[in-house]
Amino acid sequence: MSQKILIDPVTRIGGHGKISINLDAAGEVERAQFHVSEYRGFEKFCEGRPMWELAGITARICGICPVSHLLASSKTVEKIMGVQIPSAGKKLRRLINSAQIVQSHALSFFHLSSPDFFLGWDYDPAKRNIFGLMANDPEIARAGIRLRQFGQKIIEFLAGRKIHSAGIVPGGMEFPLTEEARQWILDRLPEEIETTRKTIAIFKKVLDKYPEEANIFGNFPTLYMGLVGEDNVWENYEGKIRVTDSEGNIIADDLNEDNYQDFIGEAVEPGTYLKYPYYKPWGYPKGDYRVGPLARLNICSRMGTIKADRELLEYRDRAGVVATSSFYFHYARLVEILASLERIEQLLDDSEILSTRIRATAGINNLEGVGVSEAPRGILFHHYKVDENGAIAKVNLIIATGQNNLSMNKTVTQVAKHYIRGNDIPEEIINRIEASIRAFDPCLGCTTHATGQMPLHIQLLSSEGEIVNEIWRD
Amino acid sequence: MSVKTLTINGELISARAGDTILQAAKDNGIYIPTLCHLEGLSDIGACRMCMVEVEGINKLLSACVTEVAEGMVVATNTEKLKEYRRMNMELIFAEGNHTCAVCVANSNCELQDTAVAVGMEHTRFSYRFPDRGVDLSHPQFGIDRNRCILCTRCVRVCDEIEGAHVWDIANRGEEAEIVSGLNQPWGEVDACTACGKCVNACPTGAISYKGSSVAVMQRDRGRIPFLAAAREKQQWTR
Repeated sequence: MSQKILIDPVTRIGGHGKISINLDAAGEVERAQFHVSEYRGFEKFCEGRPMWELAGITARICGICPVSHLLASSKTVEKIMGVQIPSAGKKLRRLINSAQIVQSHALSFFHLSSPDFFLGWDYDPAKRNIFGLMANDPEIARAGIRLRQFGQKIIEFLAGRKIHSAGIVPGGMEFPLTEEARQWILDRLPEEIETTRKTIAIFKKVLDKYPEEANIFGNFPTLYMGLVGEDNVWENYEGKIRVTDSEGNIIADDLNEDNYQDFIGEAVEPGTYLKYPYYKPWGYPKGDYRVGPLARLNICSRMGTIKADRELLEYRDRAGVVATSSFYFHYARLVEILASLERIEQLLDDSEILSTRIRATAGINNLEGVGVSEAPRGILFHHYKVDENGAIAKVNLIIATGQNNLSMNKTVTQVAKHYIRGNDIPEEIINRIEASIRAFDPCLGCTTHATGQMPLHIQLLSSEGEIVNEIWRD
Repeated sequence: MSVKTLTINGELISARAGDTILQAAKDNGIYIPTLCHLEGLSDIGACRMCMVEVEGINKLLSACVTEVAEGMVVATNTEKLKEYRRMNMELIFAEGNHTCAVCVANSNCELQDTAVAVGMEHTRFSYRFPDRGVDLSHPQFGIDRNRCILCTRCVRVCDEIEGAHVWDIANRGEEAEIVSGLNQPWGEVDACTACGKCVNACPTGAISYKGSSVAVMQRDRGRIPFLAAAREKQQWTR
């Protein structure tokens, strides 16, 4: 008799989800699926709102990456306004997005995932968390928390508040950077660069220690999508959209977000509120593509800053020129933190960074716009249609985590197939299945435009759909 | 000018004859919460936030429309009043769609400030979630009726100060709403001079400058008493 195992909810990720694993009659894993069990309806209730409010409303989709939605939304409304924002405003946006990558990646790495690396997959589950890490290695836990705080503080300086700030507005930025804030950031930078370099060194040891996990946590060929800047440099604010494959071939380049519907399709599967975006020219499900740190490092030729470029060389030495294992998301995240810190330093030295000419104004000059930004978890699209007065008629949001959905499902299947034998699943195996999802740093609040926290539930189901074994974890 | 002496919260004070209890309290540094009152405009006692107790009168009176009288004994902050004001505020919140988190007036909102001042922490009534619509047809301003508390400050400022009388209240009871012109889109009302006085008068995020994003709406309410005084006393300096 075939069976189904359900992990519900999955822990230490953003949002509510579960994993179901189907076993065949021989007790072998047939397939696994990652389900998202929340629904919020942002696209619907934004209808009728003034378009200028959308940045503030969509920012509420997520408490971790509100900056990404503020940027994508503002850029969308700027397309409708038909304006080019002042160059100092753009620099401040690059600065705030770099800070956001630092804080969000630090949260993913230190608070959510590092307990597995530093304490071990088999460590007491009650202590395998940030508090256990604090008790075990207070220095690294403190450094990680301070790294995140550094990113959050920059966001507060530039946008008024750490979370759901109001400072990124259609047309540019609301508040200029003060010299005092600039100096504070510059004073703290060396400590954070040092923390990141030390962490990268420790993570390399983790890779040496866990070659099995590094090799089977979602290791398969897919496409990769993201923004690249001029000279194919790593980019997080604006640029051209590129798609590459796992051999490093450029499949599509210079794509424009305005035509996203030509190259991104969205499929729907039963049992989950999360859609399955795919690269349209390749069809579903063949057009599986990954986004986020792994993809951004795969599609660019270099990071564009000295220390990060040095790390990228070693990263590629270990992961291959194209990293195909999702375990390398963690490593890519650390390289991106380093690059972001270096970019912050460069931006703060820019003569224009303290300028107060940071916002453009305009009326409604187009009735439709598509905006794009690189959120910490990957490329993010906002698409609005408005009436002639600027009231929202239609909203479509394509969120990073959603774009990784096909790959997340392949990943849980791969990990489940590797570890599960029969219907009795040891705790450390459950943790590895969860951790394989955690590598993507999924934000389910964003993807379903829904929110919550995420404990874990595994269900084992027979071929008749009956639950034969169930494991819950709070 | 004749003077009336009265007691507010046990304190003996004097006020000009014809002053309201609200004016007398204000002149003596006694705080009474208000929403529909705006310096420079006539008072109508619509919001009921300024209710006070007057000895010898068995019902609560609005301080903004009750004149002082000789020997009057007024209480502004009894337990009964606190409870009534809090409940009144809860009803105002339950009646509209007041989502501060995504409102243009967040942090610069009289409704928000007054709710804090009267100690409202939550509402005991279920929200009604009305669908009142947003009018963005005016080139410079927009009105979101979901955030309107029917204080009628916009109606009065447009009528009494600007003299354009664009705004009125249509319908009754829970259907009541602010309308422009003959219930036309605001942008089509010829009478509107686009002076922006209603934008400055609005206590919530209901009327705002187009292009405002969350929490950026600032208002200059000092302009209204300045204009009123200028008109009346021919004083043109602020």
